[in-house]
Amino acid sequence: MIHIEYLLIVSAIMMFAGIYGFLTRRSTLAILLSIELMLNSADLNFAVFNKMLFPAGHEGYFFAIFTIAIAAAESAVAIAIMINIYRIYKNISVDKLEKMKW
Amino acid sequence: MENIIFLSIFVFIPLLMLLGLWAAHTINQVRGVMVVGSTALLIHSIYLTFRFMAERAAGNTAEMLFHDKMEWFPSLNICYEVGVDGISVVMLLLSAVIVFTGTFASWRLKPLTKEYFLWFTLLSMGVFGFFITIDMFAMFMFYEIALIPMYLLIGVWGSGRKEYSAMKLTLMLMGGSAFLMCGIFGIYFGAGGNTMNILDIAHHTGGAHAIDFTQQCIWFPMTFIGFGVLGALFPFHTWSPDGHASAPTAVSMLHAGVLMKLGGYGCFRIAMFLLPDAANELGWIFLILTGISVVYGAFSACVQTDLKYINAYSSVSHCGLVLFAILMMNTTSCTGAVLQMLSHGLMTALFFALIGFIYGRTHTRDVRELSGLMKVMPFLAVCYVIAGLANLGLPGLSGFIAEMTIFVGSFENADTFHRVLTIAACSSIVVTAVYILRLVGKILYGTCTNEHHLKLTDATWDERFSVICLILAVAGLGLAPLWVSQVITDGVAPIINHISESAHQISNSNPFM
Amino acid sequence: MEYTLLILLLPFLSFLFLGLCGKWLSHKVAGIVGTLSLGAVAVLSYMTAFQYFTAERVNGVFATLVPYNITWLPLGNLNFDLGILLDPISVMMLIVISTVSLMVHIYSFGYMHGERGFQRYYAYLSLFTMSMLGLVVATNIFQMYLFWELVGVSSYLLIGFYYTAPAAIAASKKAFIVTRFADMFFLVGILIFGYYTGSYSFSFAPEIQYASDATHFISVDAAKAVAAGGFILPTALVLMFIGGAGKSAMFPLHIWLPDAMEGPTPVSALIHAATMVVAGVFQIARLFPMWINYAPDALSIVVWVGVLTAFYAAAVACVQSDIKRVLAFSTISQIAFMMVALGVCTEFTTGHHHVGSLGYMSSMFHLFTHAMFKALLFLGAGCIIHAVHSNEMSSMGGLRKYMPITHWTFLIACLAIAGIPPFSGFFSKDEILTACMAYSPVVGWIMTGVAAMTAFYMFRLYYGIFWGKENKELYAHHTPHEAPLTMTLPLVFLALVTLGAGFIPFGHFVSADGMSYDIHLDPTIAITSVVVAITSIALATYIYKGEKQPVAEKMRAAMPRLHRWAYKRFYMDEVYQFVTHRVIFAHISKPIAWFDRHIVDGFFDFLAWGANALGFQIRGLQNGSVQRYAFTFLVGILIVVLLLIL
Repeated sequence: MIHIEYLLIVSAIMMFAGIYGFLTRRSTLAILLSIELMLNSADLNFAVFNKMLFPAGHEGYFFAIFTIAIAAAESAVAIAIMINIYRIYKNISVDKLEKMKW
Repeated sequence: MENIIFLSIFVFIPLLMLLGLWAAHTINQVRGVMVVGSTALLIHSIYLTFRFMAERAAGNTAEMLFHDKMEWFPSLNICYEVGVDGISVVMLLLSAVIVFTGTFASWRLKPLTKEYFLWFTLLSMGVFGFFITIDMFAMFMFYEIALIPMYLLIGVWGSGRKEYSAMKLTLMLMGGSAFLMCGIFGIYFGAGGNTMNILDIAHHTGGAHAIDFTQQCIWFPMTFIGFGVLGALFPFHTWSPDGHASAPTAVSMLHAGVLMKLGGYGCFRIAMFLLPDAANELGWIFLILTGISVVYGAFSACVQTDLKYINAYSSVSHCGLVLFAILMMNTTSCTGAVLQMLSHGLMTALFFALIGFIYGRTHTRDVRELSGLMKVMPFLAVCYVIAGLANLGLPGLSGFIAEMTIFVGSFENADTFHRVLTIAACSSIVVTAVYILRLVGKILYGTCTNEHHLKLTDATWDERFSVICLILAVAGLGLAPLWVSQVITDGVAPIINHISESAHQISNSNPFM
Repeated sequence: MEYTLLILLLPFLSFLFLGLCGKWLSHKVAGIVGTLSLGAVAVLSYMTAFQYFTAERVNGVFATLVPYNITWLPLGNLNFDLGILLDPISVMMLIVISTVSLMVHIYSFGYMHGERGFQRYYAYLSLFTMSMLGLVVATNIFQMYLFWELVGVSSYLLIGFYYTAPAAIAASKKAFIVTRFADMFFLVGILIFGYYTGSYSFSFAPEIQYASDATHFISVDAAKAVAAGGFILPTALVLMFIGGAGKSAMFPLHIWLPDAMEGPTPVSALIHAATMVVAGVFQIARLFPMWINYAPDALSIVVWVGVLTAFYAAAVACVQSDIKRVLAFSTISQIAFMMVALGVCTEFTTGHHHVGSLGYMSSMFHLFTHAMFKALLFLGAGCIIHAVHSNEMSSMGGLRKYMPITHWTFLIACLAIAGIPPFSGFFSKDEILTACMAYSPVVGWIMTGVAAMTAFYMFRLYYGIFWGKENKELYAHHTPHEAPLTMTLPLVFLALVTLGAGFIPFGHFVSADGMSYDIHLDPTIAITSVVVAITSIALATYIYKGEKQPVAEKMRAAMPRLHRWAYKRFYMDEVYQFVTHRVIFAHISKPIAWFDRHIVDGFFDFLAWGANALGFQIRGLQNGSVQRYAFTFLVGILIVVLLLIL
């Protein structure tokens, strides 16, 4: 039996890795990956708490599955945008995309 | 309901004109709509004046005639409420004259004529609406309607640093509006928060004296400055020189002629009337500021080199006299203030019209580059001299009666503080003579040195028409002031009575008394 | 006497007609219209005078009539009325104004012949005449002020008639501004006066008699004025006197009058010699009961200002070379005589034993005679200028042969102003000197001295023009000739008046309290003044009659500085120039304008700039970078969490 703390530590590491990546990476793709990481850490938390605290229920699993679905959809849209941006600007770094600023 | 329609014609006509302009395609159609509309406004205002006088003669002593109301936004106690007293009647007459002559003064305005007249008409709608309503909210709304088009009119059709001037003018007036709005809401809630109607606030809901004195002392400066910005109160007058210098002819006319009067009218009708205790208490501060305006504007005008700047500073001086007289708080001086509004409106409009026409020919407004225009364009030059003489208070033209009424009225306040200010204000008539004569001598007399100017033509028929109308109005007012004065006093007296009933008779806070 | 309204209305209509339609009229028609209307005015004025002075006296005085008085503009408790008031001095002024004005109208036909703007000229003349007539028949002090301003403007327009000449423009501007400056004091005086007396009116009801009791003359609420302090009314009167001093060119407000000679000469005759410049004297005469009853001490101000002006102007007149300037300074000096005469009055009642009120009568008398002979002098000068096309005495000389009529009429006027009997000036000046002597021997002797100077400079002028060396060069080129009939006729007429006017029993018509009064000459003073005048004339003859003037040259060489100072009018103009340009323009107006543009305007520009700069500063927060937003968001959450925990 793995202790809940270990699971939560993994989730927290994933979460902060995601946040760190989101704040620091310049590549849009890396930012997307960071978002995925954060979503997955949340999913993990859902699953862990469901298992440990409310073993009779399934809401946490459902929620995790929904999130995975949404993450998939979101990635699809985001990657589509990125491809389009890349086609136009030959670059997907966020600090180069200043056309819409001000 | 009948009264509402009768007075609202002043708003409906501009609305119809807007529709007509929207539908118009050729320049002649645009002109046609403007002429018909502004003539209708003029006729209606004259008709209103006669009906007003007839009602008064018939013994109707109500404070506001043709008073009527229509619920508009009941949950906030906002009504569309109309009514006129002597002051509004003459102001409506003035506005109608200026709009009418302004139409002719911009007869040949070239680019985007239709759009120009659209904004022009919208502006005049705001002005007329402001003078007919007696509900604070409606007044404020019309006030804003009158301000906004000015930005576009100057920004698009102006000359010189027009974007800067337009922005400056709009921002300063909007800043004033912000103060004003606070003041209006302060009055509204201070008086119990159940009516926006000026008369009700003043008389019925326990009276304006019921507004807590401390509150009055907060809202009075706000309201007064809010309107004072438009009335060129020192030191909030600096939009005026730049704004006037950049504005196209008819806009200058309308702005100096009517819009600046909104300031004086508002100060009197809202700030003084509804906050009488604070007016008695704090009036002296503003009195000093206006006294400064009067003298300061006149001295500044002496050394300007741009015709429009000279006139704008002269306006600061003369409009300062309006607020000055209002703050003297007696019937005579306030009658004089309204007379001065009328007189200044007419003669400044005349001045700006003439400057515009001269500028349209010479393409310069620099005093140093103009000379000997009397030989080149005699009609315009003679009219310019007449306008100048009206400005310096020649008897027989309107400036004289207004100034005399103000000075006599101001002198009724027997204490040293008011006396000194009055005498200082009297000195402005000398300085006015200095800059007017200097100007006339420089640009009209002498020999024309610029060869290019020698080939210029005199006024066209539309210019002549608008100028002659204004001169007739100026001379008419100056020769037969009795009836105007009586109509005005009729409106002023109740307000002054109301103010003088105040518990705070003496400005306790005035260190100079 | 309802027809008196026409006296004001006719010139006004003629002004409107000529002003508006002048462009389409020929010179002749315009001139005839103007002259005819003025002729009608003159006839009406004479009729009024005849009717007025032949009417029955009531209690020994002529009744004050107010045929019209309407409220023109209500001013609170007070009213600004317009009306017509007839009393001995206003009727006398009607005659003076209409006569001189008619003469000037006729004269201008010839003088202004062919000038550009002939119609405009006549329009202005009509405007001026109307305003001046309105001034003298004013029923209240505000009406006087109104027309006072109007005469100022018409004077401005007429001085600047030749509007292409820089000197004329400057002169007109100066005249207006200086008098306007004085008028400001007048206005303040009126305000004080009206406030404390509760009325502006000179006589508030037609049935009130012109009685010795001043309270009936002006509706004074004396209690109110006295309660406010005894100095109130004197202050008001002195302030009004400053206004009058401006119009009547008293020192130091006289500087505009010599420059005003830039206008056409007939205008100088009408406005700047006979009528408008005596408005100040008239004003004091009109308010005389107030002065004598409420401010007798303040009258000494009038006296000393008058004495100083009389002396100063006479001194300057002795050395001027422009004939119109000489006449201008002589006018200033003579008006000062009238002022002094009013000032030396010490009592109100007249009669054989009351010399104290003689000044009033003599002042009015001198006003009347002076108007006639000074107009004559100016019109004569106009003929001369017309003939030689110059104002400078140096280009004249020996003209008596070429212009006999002008010569003789000019001589008559010179004798009159010098005070030689039986010409009119002798009688009026003699009365003034008598009054002055009675007031104070010092004033009396100074004024006698000034009278001597008057005789001297007038004959210097006379010899300079008509005798002395002929300007052969100029005359060969253009022989001077006598002026046309339209110009000589007024000369002759005025000369006849000057001859006869001294014998008018003036005291019967005009006196301080309205009682009939016999003028009788004081033999000592009469003889002294005649002797002094004749001596001065002899001196002038000795110095200036010959072709060469060695004495004059020597005197000039002996006192070069004094001569230059006098010639430059003791640099009064320069002082004004300095004050207006160096002090007011450079050190008041310019700094104010700078302050406005840079400090006041700068403040608002600064506000706008500040808002803008602040916007620039905080817009970094809205830079569109989601990562920055997320970081801020994160930090915010951390802070909130920390706060919650702690």
